[in-house]
Amino acid sequence: MESVILIVILFYAAGTAFYTAYFAKQKEIWHQTGYYLLLAGFLIHFLNIGIQHMQTGIFPAGNLNENLSIASGAVAGVYLLLRYKFNIKILGFFAAPLSAIVLMISFFLPSGPSPEPSPVFKNIWLIIHVIVIFIGEASFALACGVGILYLAQEHAIKTKNHGFFYKRLPSLELIDSTGYACIVVGFTLLTIGLIIGSVYAKFVWGRFWSWDPKEVWSLISWLLYAALLHQRLTMGWRGRKAAIMSIVGFAALMFTFFGVNFFLTGHHGEFTK
Amino acid sequence: MNEIVLLGLNHTTAPVALRECLAFSNQEAVESLAQLGKDPAVDELLIFSTCNRVEILMTSNNISAAVDAAKKHISTFKRIHPEEYEKALYTLQGEDAVKHVFRVASSLDSMIIGEPQILGQIKEAYRVATENKTSGVILNRLLHRTFFVAKKVRTETGIGGSAVSISYAAVELGKKIFGSLEEKKVLLIGAGEMAELAVEHIIQNRASDIYVANRTFRRAVALADRFQGKAVHFEEIQDVLKSVDIIISSTGSPSFIISHEMVKSCMKMRKNRPIFFIDIAVPRDIDPAVNRISNSYVYDIDDLKSVIDENIEERKKEAIKGERIVDEAVIKFMEWYQNLEVIPTIVSIKNKLDTIVKSELEKTRSSLKHLPEPDLKTVTRMTDSIIKKFMHDPTLFLKGNGCHGDKAFYLDAARKLFKLDD
Repeated sequence: MESVILIVILFYAAGTAFYTAYFAKQKEIWHQTGYYLLLAGFLIHFLNIGIQHMQTGIFPAGNLNENLSIASGAVAGVYLLLRYKFNIKILGFFAAPLSAIVLMISFFLPSGPSPEPSPVFKNIWLIIHVIVIFIGEASFALACGVGILYLAQEHAIKTKNHGFFYKRLPSLELIDSTGYACIVVGFTLLTIGLIIGSVYAKFVWGRFWSWDPKEVWSLISWLLYAALLHQRLTMGWRGRKAAIMSIVGFAALMFTFFGVNFFLTGHHGEFTK
Repeated sequence: MNEIVLLGLNHTTAPVALRECLAFSNQEAVESLAQLGKDPAVDELLIFSTCNRVEILMTSNNISAAVDAAKKHISTFKRIHPEEYEKALYTLQGEDAVKHVFRVASSLDSMIIGEPQILGQIKEAYRVATENKTSGVILNRLLHRTFFVAKKVRTETGIGGSAVSISYAAVELGKKIFGSLEEKKVLLIGAGEMAELAVEHIIQNRASDIYVANRTFRRAVALADRFQGKAVHFEEIQDVLKSVDIIISSTGSPSFIISHEMVKSCMKMRKNRPIFFIDIAVPRDIDPAVNRISNSYVYDIDDLKSVIDENIEERKKEAIKGERIVDEAVIKFMEWYQNLEVIPTIVSIKNKLDTIVKSELEKTRSSLKHLPEPDLKTVTRMTDSIIKKFMHDPTLFLKGNGCHGDKAFYLDAARKLFKLDD
């Protein structure tokens, strides 16, 4: 399994290299190659996780390494879908290295105390809870990347500095609508994930909500994104404000993912050490 | 042998007053082709005239006589003394003339490098020349190569890439903000050539509604009519701002027409949809502070000019690649042209026969193993004399007077007949 992950890392890294070349030189062939490398990496990664799950009967989300690996695959997968839907090529320059780096961290990080393969990881609802939340978070990660692209392009247009970024980045409209799509998808999945999680908690611990730090921070992130969507729909919060909010929202999400594990304790803690 | 010679003047050598004076209209070009084409020194002829240049391209046995004839024609046809234009005139021969034609068609010699009209204009001039039967083998070949080179320069370099006029720069910026200008609404405040051109370009990009505001409402109605838009009163601008996406302003107003407050208050109604102001007026019509409002973008004339300057720099860099493509094409064309001499053509035909005969002899010899060496020599002598006899008449014809006056045509035909050029 280890060597398979190494191959996936290689694919993601090669994809990163080609997307970087595309960003610098703007040659269509670079982007095409990067796209197929990323796609190949993702398929292998996806199959690997699937096979691991079938062999052990346990979904590999038991420790931080496994979680990061899933997060990396989710980012690649969501980007591939976005690319298909919106044709926003330059985002690969953000998504490919993110997938590669996260997977590398997962691979080289010394495994934490692998908890007893808990029977809860055989439960289909828990697996859905984990997968849905990860895809949602990957969407938010890309929304954050899109937000950065937006700020760069907006800055170029406002300051009339038509240099490097202006030529390479797509139109504000395309960046903004891609970001919006990411947020909508991420928010929908996060909502579904949270509901499934709390229903599941009711069965396991007898209560929907236990003020576990991870639950609280997830709720905070959820509220941030809810506010962003609400403002966009009612007040037309778009463009710059939406871009900044998607970056802030993602920061909160990152804290939910890492910070809570390192600084606070709770019943989610053991899975992510 | 006919040589290529080009006589011309352009925006760098002649002031506009002189160019206006010497420019040939289509009708004048046709007449000139007929008159100058009759001159015994002039063999093939093409006249190419735009607002930035006049070029007379000829082939001739006697270059100086042809150049004199062309000058004389200009003087009498345009009723202008040679002294008045001679200084602005350049005369190029052979390779230099070929290179010049390639560069002009590729828009490397244009006032605005990379401007796309020039190629169409040359094609038209060539069409007129062929219709009047003043172009022959050399100019046909030269012009076909020219079109090929110009197309190659355009597709393989970024010479025609980014906008170099105010109106195109505005359209390009709009696309960077809105993605596409389709279904966008436009408001034109005031009037003016540049502003109207910008509106036209935006309409070509399938914008939807056009509004026109003007201090004189009658003028607004007239312009709105032209763009099939809607005339609005000056006082309605605030209201229109709520729905339009692109505002082009070009009035003579001494103070701002659109203030920070006006835009700020309409953004809420617009639900922050982006709004793009193009301020062509001097003094400015739009408060520059409007650019600070989020999702609102203001470009004034200086901003657009600096965008254009950058793009022109970009084109100049790309032009270097274009020069390389032209140089390559000149070398190839000159190879063909130089082979169009009598001796090289005769030698090529003879060489071709020699190779065919040799290879056939080899083949036959392998099946005639019993043939002794002396007999073989006799056979070789026989084939040699066949070649000589065969070459006799074509050599006499090409060297002699059999094709006099139109040597290039027969040389070209001979080269094609024996497929000597690939």
